Amino acid sequence: MSKRVGIEVSIAIAEAVGLARAEVIPAYPITPQTHIVEHLSEMVANGELDAEFVPVESEHAAMSCCCGSCAAGARTFTSSSSQGLSLMSEILYIPSTMRLPIVMVVANRALSAPISIWNDHQDIMVQRDIGWIQTFAENGQEAVDLTIHAFRVAEDRNVSLPMIVNIDGFTLSHVIEPIELPDQEEVDKFLPPFKPRYKLDPRRPISMGPVGIPEVYTEAKVAHDMAMKKAKRYILKAWDEFEKVFGRKYNPVESYRTEDAEVLLVTMGSISETAMTAVDAMRDAGQKVGLLRIRLWRPFPGQEFRKAVGKAKVLAVVDRCLPPGALCGPVGAELRSLFYKIPGSPKIFSFVAGLGGRDVTVERFEEMVDKARAYAKKRPRELYEVIGVREK
Amino acid sequence: MIPEFEKFKGFKAKNLPKAEPLSSGHRACQGCGEVLALRMVMKALGKDVIVCNATGCMEIITSPYPHTAWKVPWIHIAFENAASVASGVESARRVLARKGKIPKKHVDIMAVGGDGATGDIGLQFISGAFERGHDFLYVCLDNEAYMNTGVQRSGCTPYGAMTTTSPPGKKSFGQVTWKKNVPAIAVAHNIPYVATASPAYFLDLMNKVKKAALVKGPAYVHIYSPCPTGWGSAGERSIEISRLAVETKVFPLYEVIEGRYIISRKITKPKPVTEYLKGQRRFRHLDEEHIEYIQRRVDAEYEKLLRLAEMS
Repeated sequence: MSKRVGIEVSIAIAEAVGLARAEVIPAYPITPQTHIVEHLSEMVANGELDAEFVPVESEHAAMSCCCGSCAAGARTFTSSSSQGLSLMSEILYIPSTMRLPIVMVVANRALSAPISIWNDHQDIMVQRDIGWIQTFAENGQEAVDLTIHAFRVAEDRNVSLPMIVNIDGFTLSHVIEPIELPDQEEVDKFLPPFKPRYKLDPRRPISMGPVGIPEVYTEAKVAHDMAMKKAKRYILKAWDEFEKVFGRKYNPVESYRTEDAEVLLVTMGSISETAMTAVDAMRDAGQKVGLLRIRLWRPFPGQEFRKAVGKAKVLAVVDRCLPPGALCGPVGAELRSLFYKIPGSPKIFSFVAGLGGRDVTVERFEEMVDKARAYAKKRPRELYEVIGVREK
Repeated sequence: MIPEFEKFKGFKAKNLPKAEPLSSGHRACQGCGEVLALRMVMKALGKDVIVCNATGCMEIITSPYPHTAWKVPWIHIAFENAASVASGVESARRVLARKGKIPKKHVDIMAVGGDGATGDIGLQFISGAFERGHDFLYVCLDNEAYMNTGVQRSGCTPYGAMTTTSPPGKKSFGQVTWKKNVPAIAVAHNIPYVATASPAYFLDLMNKVKKAALVKGPAYVHIYSPCPTGWGSAGERSIEISRLAVETKVFPLYEVIEGRYIISRKITKPKPVTEYLKGQRRFRHLDEEHIEYIQRRVDAEYEKLLRLAEMS
C-alpha cells in the first residue's frame, strides 16, 4: 500500500523519478531545482536507484547528454530552472522533433535581469514553442503524479515526445506537504519499461539527426506538429489509467465552482490554490465567480477549455510572465486566439502578476475579478495590466 | 603501459580492414583531406561503434536526408556538444548493460567534430566529458578554420593565414594569433591517451585511433585535415601538404600516453616552412618577416615538444 507522508516536494519528485526507474540522470545544479537532483544523486550513491547520475558541467551539456542517453535507449530524466533552462534552449528544440522522450521537471523561476531566484513563469514561457508536452502542477501530490505520468506519456510509442512538468520554484519545490508516494508495484503496473522504436544500436545501425534539406524540413516540422496534436488523446488516456491504478483523477483543465459563474479566473500552477480561497471568499460574498486551472499547456487543450468556460462572460487570466512590448501575456494571448470571432465568447483580460516571487494574495485575485468586470463594460486601452505594481 | 594495448598488433598495409563503415558517394569537395581522414578513422574502428557527430562539414556531407553515408549508428544533435552527447550514449549503455537490457559486448563510442566544434565552441563540453572520465574517444578533424560556413578563422587557424574573417589588409596580415594547442588542453585533463595524426601517415593514424578506442576512459586524437576549398590548395595535393606539415615540424606527430610524450616521427632534417606555406593561397600574402617569425616559432614549439618527450 502507498503511504501518505510529510515530505518536501522536491524530495518527493526525486522519489517519483526513482519509482519510475529512471536510468540516466544528467543534471547541473540551479536554485530552486537543486533538492531534486541532490536527492537523486543520493539515491544512486546509496544503490537505491540503479542509474547513471551524470554530473555535467552545464545545463546545455545536461540536455545534450539527455539526447545521447535517450537515443541510446535509456529512460532519461533531468531537471532545471530559469537561466539554466535558457542555457539549454538551443538544444531543447532538437529532441522534440527527433522524438526523444526525455522527461524534465522545471522548477519555474524568474529570468535575469535583475537576477532573481524566485518564482514566476518567464523561464518556461520563453520556451513555449520548443515542441515538448508541458504540464503545470498545482501542489506536491500533483508534482509527483505528473512526473510519473510524464514518463508514461512521453515514452508511449504513439507519442514519442519529450515532456516537461512545471512546478513553481520554492512555493512548490521547497515546501513540505502531505504526499502519497505510490508503491513500486503500482508504478511498475502503470509504467512499462522503455522500449523505443529506434535507438543507437550497432546491430541495427540508423542515422539520427540528419540534414533536413528544403524538400523535407517542412514535412519534418509538420510531422512534429501532428504528433503533438495526436498526443492529447494519449495524455488523457494515461490520466484515465492513472486514476484506475492510483485513484487520483486529472484533467487537462480543472474547474472550480464554475457553475453559473459570470467571471472566471484562469490560472496555472500553485497560485491556483490561493485562487480557490479567493473564489470561496467571493462566493461567500454572493459573487458569481469561479476558477479554471490549466494543467495541460502543450498541446493546448482548446476544446476542453472552451467547454469548461461554459456560459461565463468574463475571463480574468493570470499571466506570470511579462513579455515586454507584446499585446498581452502568453496565456492571455492563447485564450484570445482560442475565442477569436466565436459568437458569444467571453471577454478576456490578461493580468500579469506574481513576477519574481511577488506573492499573489486573495485580495489580488479579488482585485483582478473586479477589474475584469469593469473592463468588460468599458474596454481599457491595453489588453493587459500588471497587478500590484508599487507606486513608491 | 596501457594493458589494452598489449593485444593490439597494429594495422599494417597487408592487414587493412576491407570494410568501409563510412560509405563513398557522400558530398565532400574534391580532394577533401578531412573526409579521407574520417574514412581511415572509421576503417580503424570497424562496425561496433556509435558515432556522435558535431555539426560541420562531415555531418552535412554524409547525412542529407533521405541519404546517409553511415553504415554504423550515427547521431547528430548540434555543433558544440558532441562530447556531451557521447557522454549520454556511454552512460546509457553502461546502465543498460548492467541491467542486462543490451549485450555486454563492448561498443566504441566516438565523438567527432571539426576544429571549431572542438577547440572553440565545444571546448567546455569536451573538458567536462574528459574530466568525468567517460569511456569514449574524441576525434578532432582539424582543417584550421570554419570551413562549413565559408572559411572563417577559428582558434586553430594558423598564424598569418587568410580567412574570410582574418583577411590581410592595409593594417593586417591575416590571422594574428598562434594556433591554439588543443591536444595540450586535452593532456591537461590527465586522460590516458592523446595523439596527433595526419592522413599522410595513414597507418600511424589508424593505429592511434584504434588505441584511443581500446584505452579505458577518455581519449583524444587530433587529426590534421587539409581543406583545398578553404586553403586555396590543389585538391590532388592534400596528402602532399599533410606530409609537408609534418616534415617542416608545423604539425608534429606524437602520442601522450598517461602523460608521457612520445614523438611518433622525429624530424631530424626538417624542411623549411616555406616549403609548406607555398602552394596554399591562404599564406600567399605573407612577407619574409612573417615567414621568418613562423619559422622561429615552429622551431621553438618543436623544441618544447622534444623537451616534453625527453622529460617523460
